Amino acid sequence: METYYKPEDLPKFEEIGKEAPELARKFFEYYNAVFAEGELSEREKALIALAVAHTVQCPYCIDAYTQACLEKGSNLAEMTEAVHVVTAIRGGASLVHGVQMRNIADKLSM
Amino acid sequence: MPEPANITEMKAASPTKASEIMPFKSILAQHDLKLVRQATTTLQINLGFLCNQTCRHCHLNAGPGRTKENMDAQTLKAVVAYAQKCRFETVDITGGAPELNPLLPELIQQIAPWTPRIMLRSNLSALKEHMNRLMDVLTSQRVVIVASFPSLNLSQTDAQRGEGIFDESIAMLTALNARGYGCDGSGLELNLVSNPTGAFMPPNQEQIEKRYHQILEQKWGLTFNRLFNFANVPLGRFKRWLIQTGNYDAYLRKLVTAFNPCAIEGLMCRSQVSVSWDGYLYDCDFNLSRGLYMGGRKIHVCEMAGPPEPGSPIVTAEHCYTCAAGSGFT
Repeated sequence: METYYKPEDLPKFEEIGKEAPELARKFFEYYNAVFAEGELSEREKALIALAVAHTVQCPYCIDAYTQACLEKGSNLAEMTEAVHVVTAIRGGASLVHGVQMRNIADKLSM
Repeated sequence: MPEPANITEMKAASPTKASEIMPFKSILAQHDLKLVRQATTTLQINLGFLCNQTCRHCHLNAGPGRTKENMDAQTLKAVVAYAQKCRFETVDITGGAPELNPLLPELIQQIAPWTPRIMLRSNLSALKEHMNRLMDVLTSQRVVIVASFPSLNLSQTDAQRGEGIFDESIAMLTALNARGYGCDGSGLELNLVSNPTGAFMPPNQEQIEKRYHQILEQKWGLTFNRLFNFANVPLGRFKRWLIQTGNYDAYLRKLVTAFNPCAIEGLMCRSQVSVSWDGYLYDCDFNLSRGLYMGGRKIHVCEMAGPPEPGSPIVTAEHCYTCAAGSGFT
């Protein structure tokens, strides 16, 4: 079935540098530096990336960081909890706007 | 955003199917490398394919049904004589589960005078079953225990090694610590081996070792010496699982992509000889699994006048990509 998202497109990501190589170089250099071991371990960073991948709902990122998390030593329970963390924040972000709704409703209501 | 490093790797891995993968000897030639023996310092002894577990990543298809392929007393005698002749720096005992071979204590006692270091590869649950019979000989001969412990997670461990294995492993590590194994100053070395629990590559050795120390101590009060982290070899039961799950081509691609020419110099096959349960010699336990005899010739241990000659060629095949991936396999 035709789809916008094809797994075989993932290796083509590098081609994004063809029209703007200098920007791509800077981006990938920065990207690799971000994911290197620092105050946070590579494993922790991959878990954050996996969670964010679910928030931005990028199938390429979910594929790449599921593999990265496993290869950095995380297990499915940890990865599932990471997805719940972003789910809580996403849901909470909607719910907390209810305060705004209440403020407006209060102002307009008798 | 997908990980750029992964993308670069995937792009570099031109073959899409296992059949398109370059033969290992060709990739060596491309890098102007030869895989030949140096001085042989380790004798690896495979006591047999009998095992109490049927791990899904096992390259030898070891299991409870392999009752015939186990070393007998006559072969053991020939192996000990060879060790006496060569005085290897290390004797590495493996299986199957070597604990299930009744000759294991005899082998350890007979070979101990001829080597300063004996290692026993254990899946922990077999050692737990035979602890009363084995612990005295292990501690008295200062045998290094190299224990399989694939993951800090119960589900991952049990998925790879069988239901209940994680809890049994923790119980056995606790018992080993109580005997002094893995404890500072005891002189009893306990090392762990972790294999990925699926079709993916292992984590960075240093980082995962640090994490294992931290979590095992924190959750169960356990200590150990070193952790070794190896990729799974696409042979035996693991190869079958890869094919059945549609992961085979992609896994081989990962191994080929991770080929590291710098790892060749330190490969274990360069400095060890592996003797099978029936006494025949191989360059490594993986070649044993494939039936690829040492140097391409079927030689029995009793025919050997000494260690294999330095400079003699090592038989290679597709599975050699595993040991040459990343930082290598020792």
